Amino acid sequence: MDLSIFLIQCLNSLQYGLLLFLVAMGLTLIFGIMGVINLAHGSFYMIGAYMAYALSPIVANAFGGGFFSVLVVGLVLAVILGYFLEWAFFSFLYDRDHLQQVLMTYGLILVFEELRSLLVGDDVHGVQPPDFLAGVIPLGDVMTYPVYRLFISAVCLLLALGMYYIFTRTRLGMMIRAGSTNREMVQSLGIDIKLLYRIVFAAGVALAAFAGMISAPVSTVYPGMGSQVLIICFVVVVIGGIGSIRGAFLAAMLIGFVDTFGKVLLPEAAGVLVYVLMALILLWKPDGLFKTS
Amino acid sequence: MKLFRTTLIAAAILGFSTASYAEDAKPLKVGLMLPATGTFAALGTAIENGFKLYTKEQGDKLGGRPIEFIKVDDESDPAKATDNVNKLIKGDNVDVLVGTVHSGVAMAMAKAAKESGTILIVPNAGAQAVTGPMCAPNIFRSSFSNWQPGYAMGEVVAQKGHKKVVTITWKYAAGDESVQGFKDGFTKSGGEVIKELNLPFPNVEFQALLTEIAALKPDAVYTFFAGGGAVKFVKDYKAAGLKDSIPLYGAGFLTDGTLEAQGGDGEGLLTTLHYAENLDNAKDKTFRTAYNEAYKMQPDVYAVQGYDAAQILKVGLDAVQGDVSKKAEFAAAVEAAKFDSPRGEFTLSKAHNPIQDMYLREAKGKENPVVSVATKALADPAKGCSMN
Repeated sequence: MDLSIFLIQCLNSLQYGLLLFLVAMGLTLIFGIMGVINLAHGSFYMIGAYMAYALSPIVANAFGGGFFSVLVVGLVLAVILGYFLEWAFFSFLYDRDHLQQVLMTYGLILVFEELRSLLVGDDVHGVQPPDFLAGVIPLGDVMTYPVYRLFISAVCLLLALGMYYIFTRTRLGMMIRAGSTNREMVQSLGIDIKLLYRIVFAAGVALAAFAGMISAPVSTVYPGMGSQVLIICFVVVVIGGIGSIRGAFLAAMLIGFVDTFGKVLLPEAAGVLVYVLMALILLWKPDGLFKTS
Repeated sequence: MKLFRTTLIAAAILGFSTASYAEDAKPLKVGLMLPATGTFAALGTAIENGFKLYTKEQGDKLGGRPIEFIKVDDESDPAKATDNVNKLIKGDNVDVLVGTVHSGVAMAMAKAAKESGTILIVPNAGAQAVTGPMCAPNIFRSSFSNWQPGYAMGEVVAQKGHKKVVTITWKYAAGDESVQGFKDGFTKSGGEVIKELNLPFPNVEFQALLTEIAALKPDAVYTFFAGGGAVKFVKDYKAAGLKDSIPLYGAGFLTDGTLEAQGGDGEGLLTTLHYAENLDNAKDKTFRTAYNEAYKMQPDVYAVQGYDAAQILKVGLDAVQGDVSKKAEFAAAVEAAKFDSPRGEFTLSKAHNPIQDMYLREAKGKENPVVSVATKALADPAKGCSMN
């Protein structure tokens, strides 16, 4: 592997790591910070991707807009969905044990898959990136790199910084973190914890759907796409340490590098390397890289 | 008026029941074990449509017996396959099994069929083992083996003058067998596979391996991907700037049902398969018209495979007058038959896999019209089959 190839592989790793973090961000919020085991995270991601595909003709008709208007409309719908789901289902789960959370969120996966099949069918679809991001930039004479992938990386970095700032530096973040530690205490301090959690949950769903929408042009849209990202998202959150945004970010980058270089250098073991990494890290630090509380 | 309607319905029911009574034949129970949900749901529907189109053409009767369908959704889940197939064989006592798309599930079906002796027709799954080590007098396949399109493409790529080729696929049976077929066809003609790239199924993060391809600079790349993976691979290959510098060849599934989603990035790709659009045969034209009329959409290779599964069943049942217990006569008739398929005429090998022409196709718009016949009457080597 000469230097230029090595550098390109590093770029691949970095880019994949950022994509992973973007996809896992919603789970960090709902599972990591709120403490609800959410197997339906993959479904929210899938819903996002399918919205990017299915909404674009509708949005183009109504507002004449392109990719970004679809993003906005999709985000609004995702927030509404998240708010509704919290009100109807998840709000009953905070005090229940984990098995019931697993059962209910697994049920949601089935419901969303079936709805997807009924509403948009079982075909594979592609989503075009907006024109000004559709180009490629050359990397030496070896290959080219799609601009859209770099755009995703940039968006992901911005979101990561924003989320980190909100949770560690603002009053809202403090209330949310306090709520995850002790709901009753926070409530007795006069904070409407129910409303707060409804909003945080809606934000988590919106983040997952946003990840699905924004990665749709590179990931393509197909049935069962949610279950593919679900496991790796849990790996990211668990390696990083449940509840830690910094940890999740670091874990995603680590997985990006291990997966990319694993595929090239140890192709026979590429399928298990990430899980070996998780096992090793949990042996070394049972609570993940960054333990909170 | 209401009385009239009731009488009419009653008469219809009576007429229907006496009609079926008059045949004095027990209905033939056909167990359709196909995916109705999950990644392969669309394929399952196409197969079922094709199968039913043929039985309808035959007046809803095969071998003199009316047909009763018993459907099970296999969910493309190998873990549930044995339970599902046993439910059909032992619970519903089906006479014939038809299924399925997923190779792992098909293997479980083949195992159960081999044990119980139930006639099984596989309308898609290309796992070589089905007509290899698992082959049996009562197991038939109307589709292909993974090896076949790969082998044909190996010959084509060698003819194009490429010497060094890299292969890339998912690390699972279908991918391995397709690549093996390609290697057999390509190295026989003097080519060399310099590297076999793999990634775990169903991982679709190709970027690292695309960089590897760029570094290796082969003359060409051979690939086996299907569904969402095929869409993403073709788009990523183009975006990485490789499509123009290193030609990409693949098994037909790369561009079958995926071209629209690939949004033009698949244009011009050459693939091999046992079916194509614009085939110059009369059977295909009538089939396409009839299918379009019945289901309001264009048929694909999966619909053809379903249609031909029903054809195989008819030939066998006609020979035994609908008596499925006469397995040897059933098999003998099927082995001797020539099938007039929309894909062109084919026969079944001793291992019961189609001996068929492999077409070279070029992706144009949303279709894969035929360019030429890549390999004529290609038979799977059927390694490990005791009937060979």
